[in-house]
Amino acid sequence: MQRSQSWSAVVPLSDTDVEASASPDELRDGIVAALTSDLGDGVVDSHVVSGDDVWVRVAAESWVAAGQALHRRGFTYFCFLSAIDWMPSPYGRGEDDPSADDDGDDTVDEMRSGYTGGDTRFQLLARVVDPQRHVGVTLKADVPEAADGSLAMPTWVPVYAGANWHERETAEMFGIAFIGHPDPRKMYLPGDFEGHPLRKDFPLLARMVKPWPGIVDVEPMPEKDEAAEGGTADDNATGETDGGATS
Amino acid sequence: MTMLSERQQLSYIAAQAADARLNVELETEGMTLNIGPQHPATHGTLRIIARLDGEQVVWAEPSAGYMHRGYEKLTEVRTFPQVTSLINRIDWLGSFANEVPFILAAEKLMDIEAPPRAQHIRTILFELSRIANVGLFLGDLGVQMGAVTPVFMAFRDREYVLNLIEGATGGRFHPNFDRIGGLKDDLPKGWIDETKQVMKKLRRFCDEIDDLLFGNEIFQSRMRGVGVIPSDIALQYGLSGANLRASGVEWDLRRDQSLPMAWDKVDWKVWTHPDGDSWARCWVRLQEVRESTKIVDQLLDTIPAGPVMAKVPRIIKVPEGEAWVSTENPLGEMGYYVVSKGDLGPFRVKIRSASFNNMSIAPWVLKGVYVPDIITILASLYFILGDIDR
Repeated sequence: MQRSQSWSAVVPLSDTDVEASASPDELRDGIVAALTSDLGDGVVDSHVVSGDDVWVRVAAESWVAAGQALHRRGFTYFCFLSAIDWMPSPYGRGEDDPSADDDGDDTVDEMRSGYTGGDTRFQLLARVVDPQRHVGVTLKADVPEAADGSLAMPTWVPVYAGANWHERETAEMFGIAFIGHPDPRKMYLPGDFEGHPLRKDFPLLARMVKPWPGIVDVEPMPEKDEAAEGGTADDNATGETDGGATS
Repeated sequence: MTMLSERQQLSYIAAQAADARLNVELETEGMTLNIGPQHPATHGTLRIIARLDGEQVVWAEPSAGYMHRGYEKLTEVRTFPQVTSLINRIDWLGSFANEVPFILAAEKLMDIEAPPRAQHIRTILFELSRIANVGLFLGDLGVQMGAVTPVFMAFRDREYVLNLIEGATGGRFHPNFDRIGGLKDDLPKGWIDETKQVMKKLRRFCDEIDDLLFGNEIFQSRMRGVGVIPSDIALQYGLSGANLRASGVEWDLRRDQSLPMAWDKVDWKVWTHPDGDSWARCWVRLQEVRESTKIVDQLLDTIPAGPVMAKVPRIIKVPEGEAWVSTENPLGEMGYYVVSKGDLGPFRVKIRSASFNNMSIAPWVLKGVYVPDIITILASLYFILGDIDR
């Protein structure tokens, strides 16, 4: 788990969290071991945060097999399925840090994946839970890109029926087709909608037309000269004149 | 799994046979009924397309998206503290409860925890929003069957709870009160006594509803044995909350995971029902409101002293990482998968809302029921449109 010393110095830490992370997590390590024995090389990488959560990345061709193996091992509760676009947004970060020094920070970040790594721009993400042991697993898989740029993955619907709507949403939002899906219509968007809104290169037009004030929600103070030039008529409007200009 | 696919296959054959019979016999004409997007029988703008054979539903499919607001995209251009004002509006009847899992996820990434007093007050407000939310459900339930009285009682008593939430947070519907590291403010003077009085009123409200509605013969005959969902199907579709517990799965995220909240410090019970029908779903919710009043009462007596805000920097930067936190919201499991890149705002937020999964079972459970049962089944599954469409 990533711990930053500067944070823990100023804020109270959880007692339980510290104890839990000191001891190895047999339950979650066991899940990773069981999956590895089921899938062999299908398990690419795993990441366990003791007492908290576990991530497993599987190969794209093992995606359905991983779901079946987990379902067989008691992870019968389907939580969610979605995807991540790891490409840094070409439109910049949502908010820039006003405290950071502003020297040449406009370079676009490199693409880097999160826990358990990854080689592709898109990753599928799904979570299933064991309702008896009350432990969940977050599965990830790289989505390989075909020569023509299309993305496709096999469907989970035969394994977890609840994946139906989630895959429809993921398909329209990220442009990932699910092979074998029984009802591949759009979930939310109109039928003739073009583009995939949750891709990072899909512009959020409302934000581009009118920038959000964001962290700086007050306009900078007007210059003294301008306030004086504004004269008596604008005194009430600006509210910042100290009265010296009029008297 | 085999059971499901077999069943799906059978229902598919049945649908085909029904269509074929319509075409051959021509005695009853098949009909496609379009309920919604604006129809008093639906909660908001959910559209249901139902294919009917006489009075029976051959095939039904909810059509969502009339209220899709794209919160997952919008969170990517907000700072972490700004996100709470958005996600408040997902389940608008229990809005404070929406803020909590997101704030907990951000706190998990930052490796901080709210002070004990803040955790207590968070839990109290969380349960109050559950009472306001599910209380209205109990009243609204009668309206679905033509009983108008309970909804007035529900609105009357929900008002007390909303007043409490307003008293503590300043917002009746959208508190936006939860902060990374604690709460915006402490409780106002006299709030604890008033809350205890209101909890007494709410328990009386539950007794009234139990008597008036759940004891009603028409209500029982409309609800019992209708819309049965077995536990394995419920789990496959990711049903959560009272819908899952009504199918006999004893699982409550308040009890079964360790969160920096105060539920483990009080004595309460997780109610389940073995039947899995509409009646069971409503009954479990009624018991849960009662339990919530008990939780609030006990927590009010044990609020620890201390600050309500941990020391956090003025400009909050969340370290790089990924975190998943879900809580037992009024509608079911509500969770956020938060990916941070160390910036001011999240890189990606996956919002797992309860109603989305709860409604995805509708095509399965509506197959073969009669038209009036569509309304009661959907009412008992209990969804909020904003929670489906996000």
